[in-house]
Amino acid sequence: MSVEIFIEPGRAERNYWKDLWRYRELFYILSWRDVKVRYKQTIIGVVWSVLRPLLTMMIFTFIFGQVAKFDSPPGISYGLLVFAGLLPWQFFATGLSEASNSLVGNERLISKVYFPRMIIPASSVITSLVDFLISLALMFGLLIWYQTVPSIYLVFLPLFIIMAFLASFGVGLWLTSLNVKFRDFKHVVPFIVQIGLYISPVAFTSDKAASIIPAKLHLLYYVNPMAGVIDGFRWCFFGDKTPIYWNGMFLSLAVIIIFLFIGIRTFRKMEKSFADLI
Amino acid sequence: MSEIVIKAEGLGKKYIIGHKATRGYKTFREQVLQHVSNFYSRTKKLVSGQEVLEGDQLEEFWALKDLNFEIERGDRVGIIGKNGAGKSTLLKVLSRITEPTTGKVFVKGRVASLLEVGTGFHHELTGRENIFLNGAIMGMSRAEIKRKFDEIVDFSGVEKFLDTPVKRYSSGMYVRLAFSVAAYLEPEILVIDEVLAVGDAEFQKKCLGKMQDVSSIEGRTVLFVSHNLMALSSLCNKGIYLKNGQVRSQGGIEETLSQYTREGMESLTTEWIGNTGDEYVKIYRTKVFCAESPHGFFTHKDIIIEIEGEILKPVYGLIIGFWLFSQFDYQLAYSLFDDTDPSMEIKMHETGKFLKRFIIPANTLAQGSYRIQFDFGIHNLKLIVQNKECDLEFSVENIAGLGRKYLVDHKGFRSLFRTSWSQEKF
Repeated sequence: MSVEIFIEPGRAERNYWKDLWRYRELFYILSWRDVKVRYKQTIIGVVWSVLRPLLTMMIFTFIFGQVAKFDSPPGISYGLLVFAGLLPWQFFATGLSEASNSLVGNERLISKVYFPRMIIPASSVITSLVDFLISLALMFGLLIWYQTVPSIYLVFLPLFIIMAFLASFGVGLWLTSLNVKFRDFKHVVPFIVQIGLYISPVAFTSDKAASIIPAKLHLLYYVNPMAGVIDGFRWCFFGDKTPIYWNGMFLSLAVIIIFLFIGIRTFRKMEKSFADLI
Repeated sequence: MSEIVIKAEGLGKKYIIGHKATRGYKTFREQVLQHVSNFYSRTKKLVSGQEVLEGDQLEEFWALKDLNFEIERGDRVGIIGKNGAGKSTLLKVLSRITEPTTGKVFVKGRVASLLEVGTGFHHELTGRENIFLNGAIMGMSRAEIKRKFDEIVDFSGVEKFLDTPVKRYSSGMYVRLAFSVAAYLEPEILVIDEVLAVGDAEFQKKCLGKMQDVSSIEGRTVLFVSHNLMALSSLCNKGIYLKNGQVRSQGGIEETLSQYTREGMESLTTEWIGNTGDEYVKIYRTKVFCAESPHGFFTHKDIIIEIEGEILKPVYGLIIGFWLFSQFDYQLAYSLFDDTDPSMEIKMHETGKFLKRFIIPANTLAQGSYRIQFDFGIHNLKLIVQNKECDLEFSVENIAGLGRKYLVDHKGFRSLFRTSWSQEKF
């Protein structure tokens, strides 16, 4: 069986998604490469993915918990609260930074071989998922350490993981395609990641944020899609002690879907000129 | 056999290039204003999604223009042309890396493109890991790579270093491993861009042998860009000659190659006509040409050097001859018109016009470029022509000559030296 294709300017490929499926092995292997390369020539290797969130948590606990005296809802120790927020945030942040640099970082591949380009940012987000899973295991370790029983809502956690994945994939797709043309975005991403950590409810609960900002603007806080995701994570772990503000959750979800849509559209539109522009 | 697998119609690819309006001197104020206006126009482009280009004046550049050709199943097509003729762009369009601006191409079959050896090799990964990575990038499935793994390793000859990161490889080892993976690709259409110029002579030979197998034994369609005309002539059966982004000619490989070399020759001085000399001897014309082929020079044909002139006064010890220089000004040979005269006597030359002809027999020179510097003078007395005004240049191609089988000619020898093999049976 042989495939027949037409190469024409502006031809929308009818079987784009099918093509993506056909190239899935490349997707696996690129993800595998990124995972494998990540800790090459390091001494402690994969321990870094444990150490990083753990150290961040300790610093946060010290600065915000001890110095700034942020409090946590009764029954949840502050460290645990922070870690539950850091978990999705770091997944999002690494996913986003890796994805937005992915096309430019794989310049040689793009200018020398054909494959559906979407594989590249997708595989880089997957790579950060590996880090995330390690951190998740650590979270369970911490739950035991703090002798906290996770709530029954934990079964919904996969949904929020998917949500976080889509958030970083959507924005990542958008930024990485723009980055091919305008390298300005390379400088924008670290900034987003840095600011985002402080405005997202990582060091505090979103209730706390709600108590500071005017009630009318409460909903607006969830334009930051990670606010919804982090709330969701905490809800899964701590149940009704950290309730979900559903209107906000839906707004976050909507923002994620819109970004995903914009991301895919921009990416598809620019995809064919990547090799010329990169 | 005559099934068409690639068909291009009106194929074109346009790039927009920017030029800077150069004005030597600018005041500080002008510079600041320019930066501001640049910033403004770039932001506008960003918002409207246009391209940002360096420079103030934009120019359209057609890397490919109105290309039409058909390729049949099993064809081995050599694509030739000077640098910048659009060869690589064509391969990129065919392998779907970049999209054409106009026209369309129909492609039937799985295409694997080898535009670079070791695409996607990762420096931190080991040789073993890179075989899998590179294979997958080239479109092989994991199972396929596993099946061929041993052959690939065997072909590359780096089994000892399989578990070493490739960044520790020598460049030769790196390239060998990379080519080995590519050699075991099994696409229906294979697109190759000038990759044979890698590795040592032995490995090159191996690669060419493998390529020959791929195309002739396994009957796959191959598109091959190279500047090595000999490799093209022995690997391909058809040719496409690109010039300034357009198809100049296409057809059988030999015709295409000879047209290409003929046109390449146009910039070389193969004939000089003028008037130089002194009161004894005048030179009117020098010329070098290839027997039976009015324009190109080929190793399998005689190459003839002619000198036309006149003796004005009777003279003793006349010297008329030439040096033959190969590339890099290596002195290859020196010959005088009366070299073939066995007597040691210095003769008197009478007045009159002459045409002297020297023949370099077929299969003497290897492929490459040569320069002829003439020597006119009177023995032990004077040089008649001192400047190099009547010097000639020519460049010889081996497209049907001897010594092509294992591309011996490719190894930089200046002489073919293929005149006297005989054998006896024991």
